[in-house]
Amino acid sequence: MTATIKYADVEVGEELPEQTYPVRRLDLIRYAGASGDFNEIHWNERVAKSVGLPNVIAHGMFTMAETGRYITDWVGDPGAIVEFGVRFSAPVVVPDDDKGAEVTVSGVIKKKLDDNQVVVAITARSKGVKVLGGSTAVVRLA
Amino acid sequence: MAINRDFLGREYRAPEPYEVTRGKIREFAEAIQDPTPIYSDTATARAAGYTDVIAPPTFPIILGMAGAGQAIVDPELRLDFSMVVHREQRFRYSRPMEAGDLVECVTRISDIKALGGNELMTLDSEMLTVDGEHIVTAVNTLVVRGGAEDDGTAGR
Repeated sequence: MTATIKYADVEVGEELPEQTYPVRRLDLIRYAGASGDFNEIHWNERVAKSVGLPNVIAHGMFTMAETGRYITDWVGDPGAIVEFGVRFSAPVVVPDDDKGAEVTVSGVIKKKLDDNQVVVAITARSKGVKVLGGSTAVVRLA
Repeated sequence: MAINRDFLGREYRAPEPYEVTRGKIREFAEAIQDPTPIYSDTATARAAGYTDVIAPPTFPIILGMAGAGQAIVDPELRLDFSMVVHREQRFRYSRPMEAGDLVECVTRISDIKALGGNELMTLDSEMLTVDGEHIVTAVNTLVVRGGAEDDGTAGR
């Protein structure tokens, strides 16, 4: 499979369309089961508050997964990702209601490398707070 | 209590190869709400040039977490798990994981250092097929909040 975005068509500074992803309690329960990360701060409000958190927080890796989806949806081929790295700068707090939280992901083309590869700088915010910083993906375009 | 520096460079090999299955990939893709057919439909994956369905980019964390788990349970490491926060996660891919892969995972403690009053530990998990083909390297940096507080030698 090859990427649907062409290397020749992108410019440094170009912004990828912003996307918003929901994060509800049920999503965290399901992610805990699928990933094997059953840390109680991701589903038990009592435990989360006892360690000083405002409420249950999302798995950092759940936020990273949504960010990965953001990149693979843009590039059109999950196999086009060469490197992917994030720093978790603040937790995504998920209240116990039907709406939960939202994570809004944006990206900008930071650099064009050789071999049709580009560096995408990624930012993710929840309630206006930056939850991922210093985050990048290197992807191979068509 | 500071993390035991003697553990720098130690390696932990998963007790047996991890078998990547279609069902587990589908479950993971559903959990991250990603309906991309290449994760669930074999025909789509084959048309795209893969042998079978492929896994989303963060799927290898399942193996990486197990590897980190092997390291951090050792009491001699002196790591207070209740104070651990995930700080950074990186992946370097040779290719996506595919259903049918049998994956060996070796996790190495590649860095331990103080940062402010906290301790940072970095774990590199190398994931290769049983035939020795590199799939992905996962690099996981953990922070132990307040971990360096009792250590008079902690720097910045």
